[in-house]
Amino acid sequence: MARDTSHADEPVAARPMAGAVKIALLLAAAGLLIAAPFFLYPIFLMKLLCFALFAAAFNLLLGYTGLLSFGHATFFGGSAYFTAHAVKVWGWPPEFGILLGVAGAAALGLVMGAIAIRRQGIYFAMITLALSQMFFFFCLQAGFTHGEDGIQSVPRGHLFGVIDLSQTTNMYFFVLAVFALGMLVIWRFVNSPFGMILKAIRENEARAISLGYSVAEYKLGAFVMSAALAGLAGGVKALVFQFATLTDVTWQMSGEVILMTLLGGIGTLVGPVVGAGLVVTLQNYLATSDFPVTIITGLVFMACVLVFRRGIVGEFYASRLGRALGFTSER
Amino acid sequence: MTMIFGIPIQALMGQLLVGLINGSFYALLSLGLAVIFGLLRVINFAHGAQYMMGAFVALLLLTQTGIGYWPALLIAPLIVGLFGALIERTMLSRLYKLDHLYGLLFTFGLALTLEGTFRWFFGSSGQPYAPPAALTGAVNLGFMFLPIYRGWVVVASLAVCIGVWLLIEKTKLGSYLRAATENPTLVQSFGINVPLLLTFTYGLGAALAGFAGVLAAPVYQVSPLMGSNLIIVVFAVVVVGGMGSILGAIVTGYMLGIAEGLTKVFYPEASNIVIFVIMAIVLILRPAGLFGKDA
Repeated sequence: MARDTSHADEPVAARPMAGAVKIALLLAAAGLLIAAPFFLYPIFLMKLLCFALFAAAFNLLLGYTGLLSFGHATFFGGSAYFTAHAVKVWGWPPEFGILLGVAGAAALGLVMGAIAIRRQGIYFAMITLALSQMFFFFCLQAGFTHGEDGIQSVPRGHLFGVIDLSQTTNMYFFVLAVFALGMLVIWRFVNSPFGMILKAIRENEARAISLGYSVAEYKLGAFVMSAALAGLAGGVKALVFQFATLTDVTWQMSGEVILMTLLGGIGTLVGPVVGAGLVVTLQNYLATSDFPVTIITGLVFMACVLVFRRGIVGEFYASRLGRALGFTSER
Repeated sequence: MTMIFGIPIQALMGQLLVGLINGSFYALLSLGLAVIFGLLRVINFAHGAQYMMGAFVALLLLTQTGIGYWPALLIAPLIVGLFGALIERTMLSRLYKLDHLYGLLFTFGLALTLEGTFRWFFGSSGQPYAPPAALTGAVNLGFMFLPIYRGWVVVASLAVCIGVWLLIEKTKLGSYLRAATENPTLVQSFGINVPLLLTFTYGLGAALAGFAGVLAAPVYQVSPLMGSNLIIVVFAVVVVGGMGSILGAIVTGYMLGIAEGLTKVFYPEASNIVIFVIMAIVLILRPAGLFGKDA
């Protein structure tokens, strides 16, 4: 997918505005997120932030490397189990519990990635799906996950031994800090030389190989990175809700994160965050009715693929207003 | 009691039969996937939902209009196939010029929508569908009792698999399909209506899924979610077999069904995951799949 060059004829002076606009938007978003728990239900906001980070981690793979993983629930839900088990059964402090979740997700990512990158495109998607279904059955039968019951009433504990996370406000700002850190890591990663090579692989894999890059290693690196960040989101989510269940390792969860990314905008930093916000809000509204949410999810999926492939943020970047503000649409 | 490897022969044969039945469904479904993928280059995620639709159409034909099993075996695949053709013509066909992943994502959305809709109307619980009178009961094979309907499932799926294989390998229409797989532009320039061929192919694949659904209705419960977990196993089957060959899809389907049945006898805990483990091993040893040509 070639870079959109239709803005090339616009005055160059219009472009530097992008920096100022971006900083202004970033500050506005930060302000909103800091003020939000005083106006909205904090648990809902924390859920939103966890899924936003999850989707952003997933987008690292789909948007910047061009690999569609249909198995990211493994890392999200797997990490939730690891964190919950470490905190509840072993009595670990929350920060180490989350670190264990991240490490576990990265290890799972290493195994799944090593197998899946042997094939490309559509096969890659099917293999990740099958492997994550295998992990689902593992979680269903393994002892420490407690099968259908899941790991329940996980204590939130004290962060660094001082900050009491059972206080909702403390927990919220901890989640916000983790989210910000995760997004910073993703932003840094995408703009690093490593990230540039990933984009080169996405655009033209054969050329990247001919330039001497060992494409398989870069793909695997991106896969593990994405898995670890998804694990970060999953571990934090386990502490927020104080349980880890099978729901988070199902293929439906893998599909949900694809939808969030697709709806918000593949290959944009904020797109997955916007998409996650919309999907989580929608689920929240429909949670009390008996109307199956999958009907809406499925229809949105179909509509996105048919007419709206750039997603909300991508369409905005490509729109007249977005271009006038100096954004460039990458895909 | 006769024993083989320390296992009573009845148990072994019973699980082999279960494996063969599951294998019949794997073969039918992966055949449909392979037919669609061969020409359209789309992985049909809605295949499981179309299988579920087939079962539901049969159930509704029976409860609403009193139409029984035998006509349903013909009508239900037809309805599912026409529905598939409609979807292909109106929506899916717009995606061919894009990355193939969009086809997968679109059919994924379609699967979610279909399953959600059926769940809304019929609830999540399974509903029984009685086998036709001619196929009830069991025969004594000497070493085990064979329920007649189960034997019929194996025979019917084998017959349909061979029929589709003959259709594609030996008929004029099949030669068009194969030619269009190789080079659609050239085939079109010979005056063959390739878009219509694509619609027909997707309809055929969906109809195969619908047929499998009717066949499955008396064996499993008819429920909106009956296809969603099955389809992932079938994906693994397809990865093991390699998408290249129709025959490969059929053979791998039966093989993996039997492998699963045998695992139930010797190590039941692993029976859910054995197909995925085989997939991982095949990918490490032979990334293109057992019968695949494209790496």
